[in-house]
Amino acid sequence: MADRVAWLAGWVLLALVMVPVALMVTALWQQSADVLSVGFLLEDPGRAGRSGGIAALLISTGWILALCLLVAVPVGLGCALYLSESLPADSRRAQWLGGVLDMLAAVPSIVYGLFGYQFFAITLGLGFSILSGALALSLMVLPLMIRSAEQAMRAVPMGYRQARDALALSRWGWVRRILLPCAAPGIAVGIILSAGRALAETAVLLFTAGYVLRRPDSLFDSGRTLSVHIYDLAMNVPGGMPRAAATAVVLVALLVVLNLLVRRVLRQPMTEALV
Amino acid sequence: MITTSSLPLSDRLLTLVLRLCGVLAALVLGGIVVVLLVQALPFLINEGAGIWQSTWQPGQGEYGMAPMIAGSLFVSVLALVLAAPVAVLLAAWLRYFAPRLRRPVLAGVELMAGIPSVVYGLWGMLVLVPWINQWVPPGASWLAGSLVLGLMIVPLALLVTDAALGQLPLRYQRAGEALALSRVGMLRRVLLPRAAPGIVGGVVLQFGRALGETMAVLMVCGNVVQWPDSVFAPVRTLTANIALEMAYATGDHRVALFASGLLLIAVTGLLLMASWRLRGVSHG
Amino acid sequence: MSEQRTHRAPSLVLESVSVTYGEQVAISDASLQVEPGELMALVGPSGCGKSSLLGAINRMSDGVSGCRVGGRIWLDGEDVRQRHDLTVLRRQVGMVFQQPNPFPLSIIDNLLFPLAEHRVPRGHRRARAEQALRDVGLWEEVKERLSRPALGLSGGQQQRLCIARALVLEPRVLLLDEPCSALDPVSSRVVEALIRSLKGRYTILMVTHNLAQARRLADSVTVCWLEGQCGCVVESNGCEQVFENPAHPITAAYCAGEAG
Repeated sequence: MADRVAWLAGWVLLALVMVPVALMVTALWQQSADVLSVGFLLEDPGRAGRSGGIAALLISTGWILALCLLVAVPVGLGCALYLSESLPADSRRAQWLGGVLDMLAAVPSIVYGLFGYQFFAITLGLGFSILSGALALSLMVLPLMIRSAEQAMRAVPMGYRQARDALALSRWGWVRRILLPCAAPGIAVGIILSAGRALAETAVLLFTAGYVLRRPDSLFDSGRTLSVHIYDLAMNVPGGMPRAAATAVVLVALLVVLNLLVRRVLRQPMTEALV
Repeated sequence: MITTSSLPLSDRLLTLVLRLCGVLAALVLGGIVVVLLVQALPFLINEGAGIWQSTWQPGQGEYGMAPMIAGSLFVSVLALVLAAPVAVLLAAWLRYFAPRLRRPVLAGVELMAGIPSVVYGLWGMLVLVPWINQWVPPGASWLAGSLVLGLMIVPLALLVTDAALGQLPLRYQRAGEALALSRVGMLRRVLLPRAAPGIVGGVVLQFGRALGETMAVLMVCGNVVQWPDSVFAPVRTLTANIALEMAYATGDHRVALFASGLLLIAVTGLLLMASWRLRGVSHG
Repeated sequence: MSEQRTHRAPSLVLESVSVTYGEQVAISDASLQVEPGELMALVGPSGCGKSSLLGAINRMSDGVSGCRVGGRIWLDGEDVRQRHDLTVLRRQVGMVFQQPNPFPLSIIDNLLFPLAEHRVPRGHRRARAEQALRDVGLWEEVKERLSRPALGLSGGQQQRLCIARALVLEPRVLLLDEPCSALDPVSSRVVEALIRSLKGRYTILMVTHNLAQARRLADSVTVCWLEGQCGCVVESNGCEQVFENPAHPITAAYCAGEAG
């Protein structure tokens, strides 16, 4: 009897979670219906964002994302390699480093923003710029990148490592020809997840990349990302709601695509083994 | 790996680079703390006690953060109270009552977890706040913040609970089935209590995330610096405060904001360590 | 340290070797002697440190944290533990594992990669790879598909590839850790025949659970046993001696209890 009730109750809970999300999606869709079009993606914004599209923002977002990954991926890989190859799994140093990474992942994004503002914008003199924003953002996604890559590397079968030792192969040869190719799908997933995280971030960029609405001319120019644009239109621009919603739809669509990509990549190793 | 002095140059270079990378992560964490401290320390020494006052008037040198600390806590706690039971019970339900739904729902939940906080906040502004306004104005309030934040917490809390339940040895479930115990009974008496440390640890982690959340609460809480007298009153969180005022803060005002950032890092750090303890994660 | 290119397989002598992991002693006071070109079977129940002993010979155990090796190991009169260059040691002492573990590369790359790593001149690599494949009897089977993934081979073929991979570096000693136990009976026989053909050219120390296999292949046998938590050598002698006329009661019991 109790089980019956519980079974029904579960449906209520499910609805409690799914319904607001469904409402959210429909509300955004409705708000943005008049504005969404291919033109929206190709036009630059006008009148502080009240009219026009998001082309300039797509460009800025692209730059910030690209730079962020350019820094975070190599450093993340290096750190993951250090964790999986140089440190025995249960050593004190490995645990300690894991703790540091967890801490970094727990730091609120606004605090990264403060740090980025003080260190990149002011101390390093980069000002409000794409560069500042990308660097601050790369720090934020670093723990995620490291953890994904490390997991992928540790999953490489033990047998390969034994053969490597018995044959006295060099570390660099091992990394280059066996470890990285083997761990590649997992690393790719890490990169995609990091990109998703970076796209979703706002607070970090407020005081590092700035707010400027037009297309950036250089990396030292300020630039606004999609997420910051949503915030600005919603909070500071009367009449900005429809375009805020439209930008949100574009952003969520991008993230859904990334999510699907992750699923795609994770399924690939299966077919590799069968070939 | 080989430990001989005749390692090729590429290997020695690689080892060096890797060690640098490993150190980098620690440097970043240290750097953040140091930068914040350097900015905030003089302020904390001189006016430290002032933080705990209730008046936030930077223009007049009043830096009482208490209402905002309260704002952060209240919004996060209520969000947790609303979200955690739903997430935990839903995860248990998916695993033991509706296993066929589990994969698709978890996939959907993963997607939810990736939706940016500004989008949640946007929805809050568009729909939730006006709706609450119909009942009790102004709408932008503590309740709105907790509802939106709660919705954001559910996906991750659900995933964490699912993972914790997944680690339970199968024999518990089998034993219960063999004895024809009700699943509710099994959950209450055996499964949930066993998984509790992992679940609670995960929930504590989410609490930390909630405290650190900025954009969504910024957009729906009303941002008035005050002690709320009801759930319908507008509040301002510490995080929202930084976001709002950093742009034009100077001198002591600016430094006070850094101090609040330090406070945030300290609290989330402590919560993280508590979460480690609960989940049995050893991080030295 | 210069490598001596002798064409004669070396003798392998272990003198009171012990292997300890942290607090746990895996095997202690193990002594045995393998004559040049002979195959010695290392038999005994699981857990008595046989694999650890192998690991001590090519110093794989060096990489395991907390592992200490005592005693002396002589390769043709040279103390292996005094050597500084592990690369050369592992070139001279090849190892094959219980689970076939070819690299996730193509068949030919599995052989070319170690050759490149050990700085064998480019011109010689292909020839050595082909020779190794012939030595293990795989050449005819795979010569048409050398660039296909090695993981696509059957279990028995993979194990022979692993043996080829060890042979391609032209070792003088082979350490085989239960090379057939993960294979089906047919592949097992093929690998056994291969091992038999390698006797004489290489000095071989083979761990095996299969007493009948030991009888078929070995010139001499070392029997290990567990004393409490720690392994030890009970008897070490020529093959017929050990099976027909065991000196130690444990040997007799072990051989009787296990029919193969």
